[in-house]
Amino acid sequence: MLNVILPVLLFAALGLAVLGAVRRVRMWRQGRPSPVNLLAGLLAMPRRYLVDLHHVVERDKYMSKTHVATAGGFVLSAVLAIVVHGFGLHSKILGYALLAATVLMFCGALFVFKRRLDPPSRLSKGPWMRLPKSLLVFSTTFFIATLPVAGILPEGFGGWFLVGLLGLGVIWGVSELFLGMTWGGPMKHAFAGALHLAWHRRAERFGGGRSTGLKPLDLEDRSAPLGVEKPKDFTWNQLLGFDACVQCGKCEAMCPAFAAGQPLNPKKLIQDMVIGLAGGTDAQFAGSPYPGKPIGEHGGHPHQPIVNGLVDAETLWSCTTCRACVEECPMMIEHVDAIVDMRRHLTLEKGATPNKGAEVLDNLIATDNPGGFNPGGRMNWAADLNLKVLSEVKSTEVLFWVGDGAFDMRNQRTLRAFVKVLKASGVDFAVLGLEERDSGDVARRLGDEATFQTLAKRNIQTLAKYRFQRIVTCDPHSFHVLKNEYGAFGCEYLVQHHSTYIAELLDAGKLSLDAHKGGSVTYHDPCYLGRYNGEYEAPRQVLRALGIEVKEMERSGFRSRCCGGGGGAPITDIPGKQRIPDMRMEDIRETGAEVVAVGCPQCTAMLEGVVEPRPLIKDLAELVADALVESAAPSKPAPSKREPAEVH
Amino acid sequence: MNTKIISLVSVGAHPTSGRSRRAEQDARAVELGLQLAGDSLRVLHAGDPREEALRAYLGMGLEKLEVLEQPAGADVLGPLGDYLRDAGAQLVLTGSQAETGEGSGMLPYLLAERLGWPLVVGLAEVESIENGTAQVLQALPRGQRRRLKVRLPFLASVDNAAPKPRQSAFGPARRGVLAPHEVEIVDDELFESAELLPAKPRPKRLKVIKAKSGADRMKAATAKASGGGGQVLKDVSPQAGAEAILKLLVEEGVLR
Repeated sequence: MLNVILPVLLFAALGLAVLGAVRRVRMWRQGRPSPVNLLAGLLAMPRRYLVDLHHVVERDKYMSKTHVATAGGFVLSAVLAIVVHGFGLHSKILGYALLAATVLMFCGALFVFKRRLDPPSRLSKGPWMRLPKSLLVFSTTFFIATLPVAGILPEGFGGWFLVGLLGLGVIWGVSELFLGMTWGGPMKHAFAGALHLAWHRRAERFGGGRSTGLKPLDLEDRSAPLGVEKPKDFTWNQLLGFDACVQCGKCEAMCPAFAAGQPLNPKKLIQDMVIGLAGGTDAQFAGSPYPGKPIGEHGGHPHQPIVNGLVDAETLWSCTTCRACVEECPMMIEHVDAIVDMRRHLTLEKGATPNKGAEVLDNLIATDNPGGFNPGGRMNWAADLNLKVLSEVKSTEVLFWVGDGAFDMRNQRTLRAFVKVLKASGVDFAVLGLEERDSGDVARRLGDEATFQTLAKRNIQTLAKYRFQRIVTCDPHSFHVLKNEYGAFGCEYLVQHHSTYIAELLDAGKLSLDAHKGGSVTYHDPCYLGRYNGEYEAPRQVLRALGIEVKEMERSGFRSRCCGGGGGAPITDIPGKQRIPDMRMEDIRETGAEVVAVGCPQCTAMLEGVVEPRPLIKDLAELVADALVESAAPSKPAPSKREPAEVH
Repeated sequence: MNTKIISLVSVGAHPTSGRSRRAEQDARAVELGLQLAGDSLRVLHAGDPREEALRAYLGMGLEKLEVLEQPAGADVLGPLGDYLRDAGAQLVLTGSQAETGEGSGMLPYLLAERLGWPLVVGLAEVESIENGTAQVLQALPRGQRRRLKVRLPFLASVDNAAPKPRQSAFGPARRGVLAPHEVEIVDDELFESAELLPAKPRPKRLKVIKAKSGADRMKAATAKASGGGGQVLKDVSPQAGAEAILKLLVEEGVLR
């Protein structure tokens, strides 16, 4: 009897699943076109899944092993079940293989079940609580149904009762695991996730690569939308990416804005985008809400504006673009891209950049710096330093990119310290002086792609006039933009953060340093240096050269917590329950360090904004400059006696 | 509201960099106009229709900006006045003083004189427009407001008491149209024959502080700016009023 029921159920489920898949694909195709090599992507997908994705999941050993057993067991069981029960290929070997696969899956499912007994708050509940049970039912049912095939039990064992029971089990199992994959159950992540990996918009991320620069808008094309207003304005593979979310909440656990009680939860945001692409309300969402925003009041549709329907504007403006969510996401979803896309619409079309946003953008347009300072004052910080200016020397080895910190009195100390280090090393360096403009970082994160591109193109024009071997800067934001985002406008530079360059100088023996005096030190990784550019080692190497043993924070390296200063967040200033820099200072205090070494003007400003008493904040350049051993300091010329001048 | 509102705009200059931009007060005139008339607001500029800085006004959500083509240094009073009268404007909003060019701040006065309309200086808010009469709030120093009833049509200049201008967005700025109009060009003889000198800060009137205590000083600093010695003339003949004013001007040394 089972020989009749099973194939019918299996093929019916598969058929319906294919229908669901077609429906889902049509939903994704509502998005705008995106150039992706479909075939090459599909071919690369297994490797991306088994290697790149596994690397991310592997950070959580429990879950990675559980997932390998469950997913591996399920894929094997499904294939074998179709062969054995679907096509009726009742071979003993296949039977045993299927038994083994279901046992593997069952073991995995047990651990999924165990984790769901007391799930952490970051996990979504709702249908996800059902999933382990469905997995157990699927594996158990197919195990029992396969026993006769393997010859362990006689055919027809258990009679009608067992057949009925197994039939029900199969219906439950295949509904969840086959139908749910394409009709929107928890298993959707497997179907959408596999295709998302295949057709990811940043294929460079796979195989150990890094792709963090925002993608430019084509401003020449007047018909292209300026950013994303409605879900259909995303590219189709972005929509696909949203659908891949497993709601594991790793992003939520890492998001500084969520922790600070600002109305942002990256997981909810992605789920809202899924609602946007499929239509509906967020009433069914079974995870943590945006802090302070109850669930069930928002809804959307592919052709309806997102902001103030599906998502509130302040949710988008809470993001610091620290990329912690993207770094954690086991499905490699690009949250920051989506947020900036939606911000672009708000700024470029609606003129709705909150708080100081409009003023900062106006300043950038009119004065090339966000503070609206007179551009002629850009070099005032170095009035007494006799720096070489490229407009005079035309070529240099190291171009020192000063950044807008030139206008900030605190950051001027860092800049002067770094100049001291450069001078001590004897390298040939120069600055752009008054020809330098803001790199465009803030404008771009605030969604003003037009101002960013204007600034970028003018900077590129200026840089093209001179010859230099590399650009070195103390600002990770300028560093990132120059290195990763100017490339889209047809220029590639060798750009280095000052920590990397100082480490190189130390390696080359061009600097001699004393040991650091001034207490224990911890190091705060800037997001735009670490997660955006993978530079975790050079700053630590510099600190080691100072004889410092870094007292690492629990959240350091790729898990470093943002200072709250990125993405224009201090400008849009969305209120929360607490402030992000205060939370970061708590992390710092836990190490007991007396000094926190930083490598970013934003981090310096944000952390120094925390009320005292607190550890001292010192830039790496300052620490190095303090410990410099000046080789044969040029003796000051004895002041010659001068005759008093006579005035008639 | 069916009142025909026109905002006059000029090209501004950023105070630190000097780069051209939308003028701060003119942008407020546009903002006030948008709040009153919405999409039916018309915005007018006399100058170069190819000036890109004008697009910053379009970015506030305007579809079109009318430009009366004028070379630099031309006297725009005539063409502006003709245009406003022909267009049937009922309320004309301007900034108080331009950030570029002559910047004398005289335009609202001269234009009102030419059109024979009343002028409200320092308009802060239009409360209502009914039966051809507008009830408006005029901004006075120290945050004071004066409620005025003005018959339409009239001209009003706005300063920093008017609502803050909305952000200028790239999309509408790019889409908007700068619509040029060819009009008569009048040479500004006064301006051409005049000699321009860099401005000197205006001397401040010396303030003798007689206060003995801190409380007195506080009072002096926060008191209303009201001259104690003045006199209120009520129900006097125009002749008597004019004589009183003339007498004061002579006393103050304004007229000799």
